[in-house]
Amino acid sequence: MSADLMAMLTRIDDYRWEIPITYKPGMRVPGLIFSDEQMLRHIQDEQSLEQVANVAFLPGIVGRSLAMPDIHWGYGFPIGGVAATRVDDGVISPGGVGFDINCGVRLLRTNLTEKEVKPRIERLLADLFINVPSGLGSKGKIRLKGNEIDKLLLKGAGWAVAAGYGEPEDLEFTEDHGCLKGADPDKVSVKAKTRGTPQSGTLGSGNHFLEIQVVDEVYDAGIAQAFGIEEKGRILVLIHTGSRGFGHQVCDDYLKTMGTAVRNYGIDLPDRQLACAPVNSPEGQSYLAAMACAANYAWANRQCITHWTRESFSRVLGKSPRDLGMRLVYDVAHNIAKIEKHQVEGKKLTVCVHRKGATRAFPAGHPDIPEAYRKVGQPVLIPGDMGRYSYVAVGTEKAMEETFGSTCHGAGRAKSRSAARRSISGADVAAELAAKGIAIQVANIASLSEEAPAAYKDVAEVMHITDAAGISPKVIKARPIGVIKG
Amino acid sequence: MTRFELFDHTADVGIVAYGNDLKEAYANVAYGMFSLIADLKEVHEEIQRDIDIQALDRESLVVDWLNELLYIFDVDQVIFSRFEITALSQSQLRAKAYGEKIDTSRHQLKTEVKAATYHLLKVEEGNGFKIQVILDI
Repeated sequence: MSADLMAMLTRIDDYRWEIPITYKPGMRVPGLIFSDEQMLRHIQDEQSLEQVANVAFLPGIVGRSLAMPDIHWGYGFPIGGVAATRVDDGVISPGGVGFDINCGVRLLRTNLTEKEVKPRIERLLADLFINVPSGLGSKGKIRLKGNEIDKLLLKGAGWAVAAGYGEPEDLEFTEDHGCLKGADPDKVSVKAKTRGTPQSGTLGSGNHFLEIQVVDEVYDAGIAQAFGIEEKGRILVLIHTGSRGFGHQVCDDYLKTMGTAVRNYGIDLPDRQLACAPVNSPEGQSYLAAMACAANYAWANRQCITHWTRESFSRVLGKSPRDLGMRLVYDVAHNIAKIEKHQVEGKKLTVCVHRKGATRAFPAGHPDIPEAYRKVGQPVLIPGDMGRYSYVAVGTEKAMEETFGSTCHGAGRAKSRSAARRSISGADVAAELAAKGIAIQVANIASLSEEAPAAYKDVAEVMHITDAAGISPKVIKARPIGVIKG
Repeated sequence: MTRFELFDHTADVGIVAYGNDLKEAYANVAYGMFSLIADLKEVHEEIQRDIDIQALDRESLVVDWLNELLYIFDVDQVIFSRFEITALSQSQLRAKAYGEKIDTSRHQLKTEVKAATYHLLKVEEGNGFKIQVILDI
């Protein structure tokens, strides 16, 4: 980060830091970073804060250009960036969603305890590893023929449930019921469909995973109970994946469209990766329709994986998924743009909320969260790294007021991929996990080093900030006992 | 001459590729990207693909060139290990890419590259030619 910016950073309180609008000409709103002194030190040598300032250039941006505590250097938007733009005269930026559109996480609860699962963890992982296609270059086992992909793109998780992957009840516990409205397969290129068809129902690789976890700590027993996570020692399953090559292609296609749009609409931006078009322009509307298709692809993907996860548990533990109580707690997107209504300077405004590595965190009483959670708030799922722990938190009114109902999405990287590769080998990571009693199945052992726990910040530090700042208080913490990595 | 170097970016990976001319730099940036995806020593030249890219400018050509190769890798499962730029202008790139289908019994696959990005993208002439790009991993 430039020394200028560090000097300009204004401390509002222990957890809020402002980049003044005067930091560079062209900023339309100030920046606001949720962080503390210790976390800011992690990012002082990178350009993520500069990126917060760059996002403030977007036409129609309201409130502040926001960064969550897991902020790190992205390409265009910072990872952990949130920006709301007026639908009336603001823009939509595909870079504010990213290549992996609707990358997200979903959490399954179970009736199982650690004692019941631990002795069979190796068998369980081996079964899951075969049942859930993963790894670089892997193809799925779903055969989409003819225009079946269009149906999947229109209906999302609902398509998967209708095809026999999961229960109708799962949709109730998925953000937007697993189907973003306004999807139009005609706005998606043939290339995206060609790329997406064979990859449907695959975990992928990189930081995507499937983890078997144990509840390690309960911070709010009442809310945990409402989420169906009754006590310590309970087994959970966390699934992290997105829209695979389909989403990458949609983003790539529309970055090209937006590159031209920026010139046509005379939009001045500090970084080409922020390329955008007015929300209400043909380009903006087409992107939103294509992005919705990718979001739906991702929800169908996580829905199919959920089904196979239940199958594997059922097979290895000899009980039906229903007897195992494998209900969906929730599914959240953390790379997405959503048209939502928010209070901005005392007025109710329709805005386009870009969440790039940020999770929706709606409060109790919000009509968009499941009936069952209406009294407590939306579950917020925050994965950490595979050696330590993950969290479930809850959305709040404070998040609505300050962050357009958003919070962090993970630990955030501390070390670059190459630095991680240099400092630790994949075999060492496997040994470290084994020593902690964490079983692992991995498609590619070499890639394990990039995902080493030490390559990530401690997610507990991130959660401390969202908890203390009141935007998403902690509900439970869970630690992994089995990990599948693509 | 070094064909390419990697530089650190927190979540992703940057490549700086070099060339005696711009064509060579475009070939080397693709080579750099596939070196991240797989160990190229074991990749034979069994398949040849013709690629024709048109873009707004020579920076966009870099992004479109790399993303087109990623598309072929994804859809046809081909790893490329050699690139020949046959024609190049400010807005067009024609190339031949050589490689073979993924064979997991011989090929060591490494990192999944999601896409090439426009962030900090540079095409520079000076003492030799240089292309800088950040890949989303």
